[in-house]
Amino acid sequence: MERAVHDRGGWPTDAPIDQSEHSLADWEVLTDALVGALARRGVMGVDELRRGIESMPPAEYEQASYYERWLYSIETILTEKRVLAPGEIDRRLAE
Amino acid sequence: MTFCNGQRVVVADRAHRGHHRTPGYIKGKIGTVERVHASFRNPESRAYGNDGLPEQALYLVSFAQQDVWPEYRGPARDRLFVDLFEHWLEEAR
Repeated sequence: MERAVHDRGGWPTDAPIDQSEHSLADWEVLTDALVGALARRGVMGVDELRRGIESMPPAEYEQASYYERWLYSIETILTEKRVLAPGEIDRRLAE
Repeated sequence: MTFCNGQRVVVADRAHRGHHRTPGYIKGKIGTVERVHASFRNPESRAYGNDGLPEQALYLVSFAQQDVWPEYRGPARDRLFVDLFEHWLEEAR
């Protein structure tokens, strides 16, 4: 059966699994806090977060880090809900 | 609740394009209901901004590791536990 890119339990691989501890960058901590705040305010929930992550093109999903996937999803869902205008974050970053 | 503790169930072996919480490796496998957790709003519709109603019963289901992974080399008693919503389960015959 066709399985989506995130549904990977049991996928065969020869690549080693990195189980080392690592510290989080500030933007990762802020991303986590942002998702918590959006959920508490009822703007977007964890199931929507998951769905946004799962909607990533497989190649982008593979390259993205854990919190990069969260950011991708937040932008996707908030744009869908018209909290963000399409391309708004890119425009603001360019300013 | 359709199923009760100790009942044998089979996980529906169906594709589902949208968000769902039934991992692919467990689809089509036969397991045993270990616990009826409670009923919860359905994440498959909440993922699209809907209310997730009606609530769906959530079960803790166990599987023999040897049934899940054909090459499993551990003891036969080893089991895998997965939380599964009722609409993914059927009675095993």
